[in-house]
Order: sequence, then structure tokens, then C-alpha cells
Amino acid sequence: MFQLDEEQRLILQSVREIVEKEIKPRAATLDETGEFPWEAVRIFSKNDILNPLLPRKYGGVEVSIYTFCMIVEEIAKACASSALLLITQAEGTWSIVYGADESLKEKYLKRLAGDSKVLTGLGAIEPSAGSGIFSLPARAELRGNQYILQGEKCYAKNGSVADFLVLYAYTDRSKGSRGISAFVVEKGFPGLVFKRDENKMGMRGAIYSEILLENLGVPRENLIGQEGEGYLIMLKTLSASRLFTAAQAVGLAQGAMEEAISYARSRVQFGKTISHYAPIQFMIAEMATGIESARLLTYKTAFLFDRGEWKKAGTHAAMAKLIASDTAMKVTTDAVQIMGGYGYMKDYPVERMMRDAKLTQIHTGTNQIMKCIIGRDLTGIS
Amino acid sequence: MFDQTSFLPTEELKNFRDRIQRAARTEIAPQASWVDEKEFFNQEVEALLWDLGLLTLTFPEKYGGYGKDRAVALCIAVEEIAKYCASSALLLIIQAVGSFPIIHGGSNELRQKYLPQMSEGRKLVAYLVTEPTSGSDIASIQTTAVKDGNEFILNGSKCFATSGGVAGIYSVLVKTSEGKGKGNSSFFLVERDTPGLSIGRAERKLGQRGSNTTEVFLENVRIPGENLLGHEGEGFIIAMKDFDMSRPAIAAQALGIAEGAFEAILQFIQEKHALETFVSDHPIIQSILADSAILIEASRGLIYRAAMLNDEGKNGTKFSSMAKCFAGDAAMKITTEAIDVIQALGGYGFLKDYQVERMFRDAKLTQIFEGTNQIQRLVIARQIIREAISSDKKE
Repeated sequence: MFQLDEEQRLILQSVREIVEKEIKPRAATLDETGEFPWEAVRIFSKNDILNPLLPRKYGGVEVSIYTFCMIVEEIAKACASSALLLITQAEGTWSIVYGADESLKEKYLKRLAGDSKVLTGLGAIEPSAGSGIFSLPARAELRGNQYILQGEKCYAKNGSVADFLVLYAYTDRSKGSRGISAFVVEKGFPGLVFKRDENKMGMRGAIYSEILLENLGVPRENLIGQEGEGYLIMLKTLSASRLFTAAQAVGLAQGAMEEAISYARSRVQFGKTISHYAPIQFMIAEMATGIESARLLTYKTAFLFDRGEWKKAGTHAAMAKLIASDTAMKVTTDAVQIMGGYGYMKDYPVERMMRDAKLTQIHTGTNQIMKCIIGRDLTGIS
Repeated sequence: MFDQTSFLPTEELKNFRDRIQRAARTEIAPQASWVDEKEFFNQEVEALLWDLGLLTLTFPEKYGGYGKDRAVALCIAVEEIAKYCASSALLLIIQAVGSFPIIHGGSNELRQKYLPQMSEGRKLVAYLVTEPTSGSDIASIQTTAVKDGNEFILNGSKCFATSGGVAGIYSVLVKTSEGKGKGNSSFFLVERDTPGLSIGRAERKLGQRGSNTTEVFLENVRIPGENLLGHEGEGFIIAMKDFDMSRPAIAAQALGIAEGAFEAILQFIQEKHALETFVSDHPIIQSILADSAILIEASRGLIYRAAMLNDEGKNGTKFSSMAKCFAGDAAMKITTEAIDVIQALGGYGFLKDYQVERMFRDAKLTQIFEGTNQIQRLVIARQIIREAISSDKKE
């Protein structure tokens, strides 16, 4: 089932080399300073992996969802923030790929082609909305050739650095979720105001911004699809993001387990390396079992996406994200535990991984919400 | 919300609890975020803890100690303070841990010399046991003491010393004879300004960042023979007895952190919703609240049972380890889920503006120090087997 083809093998080999040489050595500093990973943007774009999902038609490599998941996983082993960069690019791209008409695709997707360093992102969440994203009160009103957007977005990924962002707002509140529309908004549009970047516990090398939409004028042609189609576009984008988050969590957990194993094999207590002791072996056994299970579900979900089985893929994405992120939280917490006092110190990467792992349980919908989605999908209750 | 009144045997302890609760809420709570952010050891909080008599709690009464309920009193103080600031609570614990070998091992002359100057001179104590290659395996320490006339010469490196850079007095565990066994180590009291003692760098930590953790180096440190604490070779035994006292205190710290996170969830819901209908309408939140409350109350039961056994002079080893293990794991689970709950309700528990992310980072240390929870399970199992064998013999 998991035999890699020649293309996948070559891509992953190259990603592994880049990560080892360029990403891993920068992970600690990125976390410490909380700065955006510009260097990763440069390196990824140079090596064609900043937007690997971009369709060939618009100059992209167009790898499968499965391959993309494996790329995210490889990067997350060393630096979850850098892996999040790829996920954020994919989120911005997906909304356009799946919802926009040809001319809008031509206009924006082509800008991401080749060794472009153009950044994109997504603004869906609003203060006091959280996981209930569809209670978003941002609104858009058509005036002549422009939509005028009003509101506030928080947690906008890449918000302050993106060259263009996909934003969601109500064009008709009376229609509920069917009244939501999606827009492409460029940096520099008057009325797009950046308030601040958030100070986060983990994944500090990724940017989440608070932005204000103050009479933000968006050209009519930047509406993605038709008015009211935003909800479905967002659902598809979110489903895919959950899968990518699962891949990110699997990689993060794998990276932490490798650190813990290597420490356990060298740390001597009571005359033997601690890898000899049952409590340590049990923790490692549980880590590996959890990671392999999560990885399997993640890859299965990727296959469902690649085969276009959207409904099934959506439920599976929620399951994959739930198990993978819970596994990542447990594995990283136990990795700190195995490394004891050293694990708690900033000199070793596992405390960062533990902080990073917490976000995988949260972003693209908390795991509590994942359980609601899975439960509703399986019981047919909407 | 939670109340340990049923575990407070005297009116005096209740008043003690109320006094600390007030001080913690009004004076320590406002410091918690920024000392974490800046990794700052706050001397104002230290002074407050001295004023409240909390840094001499476990001393003999004439030097400022609490009296016969001192183990319970220590847990109460730690719990109340840790609800708001785990780093400040840690200062109390380490003061008790560090002074234990002096109080219980020092000669009368040594106690009369040092306890008043620690108490009146407000000197912090650090506990120098852990070394780079010796964590859980205390018997494998490399630091040595060699006898030279009526003096000892100490050489070695200690690490992860809480209050290492701010202490005036150190209780140092060293090897006093060759071989790697439990009878080869001894505790010594070393004063900060003794030539040859130097402080290494301050560690940068995931949590409890308002506490000071450093390396301490001993290079030909010459100390008088009377600074030996206990008999020569008694170091390991003193360290184990010290654990019986410190583990319930660490557990109380974990409990306080968990309660702080729990209160944060409740407060968050209350600010935005009608608590009663909201919680019953949200089964996931309901079950998290219920599970957390169960863990909190069960932790409390174990902690105060262990502390009371210690105060009664009975063997509290098993319960001390159970309390530490259970409460540490509970605090980790509760703080991890607290972030989710706040996030799921439209707050941003993951952001540094919220207290729960700090509590999550602080909680992790409670599973690690004073013996990892893996070591606790070992201690518990050994104690159970020992008890089973001795009851067999009686029959």
C-alpha cells in the first residue's frame, strides 16, 4: 500500500536533505524570536516545495494530497512552524482552486508558480467565535463594482505577511451559512488594517494576526465563485487543513520520539542506559504504536482526498486530526518525561515540541469539535 | 470552589489558610505573568513569603516553624500560592527541602549557629543533589568530599539547583567514601561565600520560569568538619526522608496549578454565558469539568493523607509517592484540557495573554522533579511489597 513511486521517493529524499541542512538548525531560534520563517520561504520556494499542490495548469508541481502530507510530515519532524507555512499556503490556494472561476485562478494562482515567494493565507476566525466559525459577523456589501467589507478577524494565518489573503464574510446574514462568501484580498487594499501578530505559546515561527476590515474595498471580480458559496469552500478547505494538521502532528510526534529514543539510549542511570528500564520502554512502545496508527489513518484519509471522495474524506480528516494531535500531545509530553530535567530545559528541542503539539489539538477546530463532527457524521445528525 | 477544610484539623490551620489565600490572591497573583515572561526571580514575593513566615515553616518552632502540623501547613501554603503562581510556590518547597538535612541532620551546635541566621537573616537554602550524570540515580553522584584534618575538601558540579543563584546556604550531597552504594554519601552545609563555590548559568526552562535554576560548581571548597549533616554515610537515608516530606508538597503544587486552571475555565464560561444552562447544553465541557473535579478531589485526599502521616511521625513514603504521581499526572491532564475548553468557547487559551498556557507549562515539571513519576511508581511498588512481606512475617 505504501510503496512510493520514483517521483515521491525523489521529492521526499530532497525534502529530508533540506530539512536536515536548513530547517532543523533554525528551529530553536525561530521559536525563541517568534519571527516569521523568511529563510524557510526562500529555501522552500527555491526547491519547489512552497506550493507543491499548485495545479500544473498554473505552473505548479501538483503533487498528490498523499505526497503533500508526507512532505508536511518530514518538515514537522524538525520544525512544526515551518510545516505550518506549507499548510497555510495550501489553505489560501485551496479556497481559490476549489471555488474560483478561471479568470480569478489565472490572476492569483499563477503568482504562486515556480520559485515565487508570494505568500497567501486565510482569515476565517473572529474574536469570540472560535470553533463556531459560522457565527462570524464580518459582512460584505456590494456597492457598484466593489464589495465593502466590515469586521474583524483574528488568528488570520500569515495575516500580516501574506501578499494575498482569502477572507470570509456574510453577503446575506438572513441566509445563515448559505449567506457566507469568500473573497481574495490583496495586501495594500485600503481598509485592510493589521492590528497585531499574536504572542503564542507554541509554533512561534508561524504568524497569526489580528486584522481589521475597515471599509475594505474589494473589486467585485475578487469574489470567489458566487455569493453564498463561501460556506462550502470553507468546509472543503477546513477538511483538507485538518488532514494536513494530522500529517504535521504525526511528523512532530515522530521527531519527539526520535529525540527521546536517542536520549534513552545514551543516558545511564543505575548502571545501565535508561532504555533498559520497563517504564521507559513502555512509554516508547506507546509512542510508536500511537504514531503508526495515526500515520495510517492520515494516509488513508489522503487517499480519500486524492480519489475525490469528499464526504468520507471530511469525516476521516476529523478522525485523523483527532488521533494524530492527541498522539502528538502525549508523545511530546512523554518525550519531556523520558528526558527528565534536561527535557524541561530550552537546550533540548522536546519542550518546544510539547508546546507546538498543543496547537495541533486546537487549530482547524479543537478536538472537542472534531468529536462532534465525527459523531454527527456517523449518526446522521446534522 | 474547592475547599480543603475537611483536611484542616485545627482552627489555627484554617486561619493560616485564609491568611495565605488573601495574600496569594492580592499580592502574588498580579506578579505571575510577568515573572514567567521575563524569567525573573521576584525578591518582592520572596520578602512577602518571609513576612508570612512561610520560608521557615518546617523549622523548629523557636526558629519560626509552624509546630506539629507542619507538613499539612506546608501543603496548604504551597497549594494556595500555586493556584496563582507555581514559581512562587516552588520557592517554599525548595526552602523546606534544602533545610531538611540541616534541621534533621545538623548537630545542636550547628543548628543553633545556622537556623537563627537563616531565619532572621532571611537566607534561602538550595539543595545540591542532582548532577549532570546523576538524576534519579542519586547513589551515582560524583562530587567528592575528602577529609583533611578537621576539614573536608569538596569537588564537583551540581546542576538543576532550584534557588541555586539566590541562596545563602547550600545542603550538598557528596561522596564520602569509595564505591557506589547507599552508605557512601553524606550531606554538608556550605555557605554561599565559601571560596571555591561558584554559580554557573541560570537554566532557561519551559515553565516555573519565575524560579531560579542554576548549576553550582565546587572547586576545592574547604569546610569545617562540623558542617557534616548527620553521620558520615547517612546522606542517602536523609535524602529519602526528605522526599517523604517534599513529595506531598510537590503534589500540593500540582493540585494548586490544576485548581487555578479549573477556576480559569469556570470564570471564562461565567464571563460569557449563564453558567448553569451553558454547561448542561455542552456535554463535552460538562464531562471535562466533571473529570477535572474528580481528579482534583482525589489528589487532595492523597496529599493531605500523606502530609498527616508525616505529621504523626508515621511512615508516609507510599502515600507521599502516590500523591506526587497522581496529582502531577492530574495537573498535566487538567491544564492540557483547560486550553482546549477555553479555545473551543471562542477564547484563546493558546495565547500568552491567558494564564492557562503558563499553567500547562508549569504543570509539566511536577511530573518530573523530586523523582519522576516513573520512579514514584517504583517506590510505591517496593513499599507495597515490603509491607506484604512484613505482614506475612507477623502471621
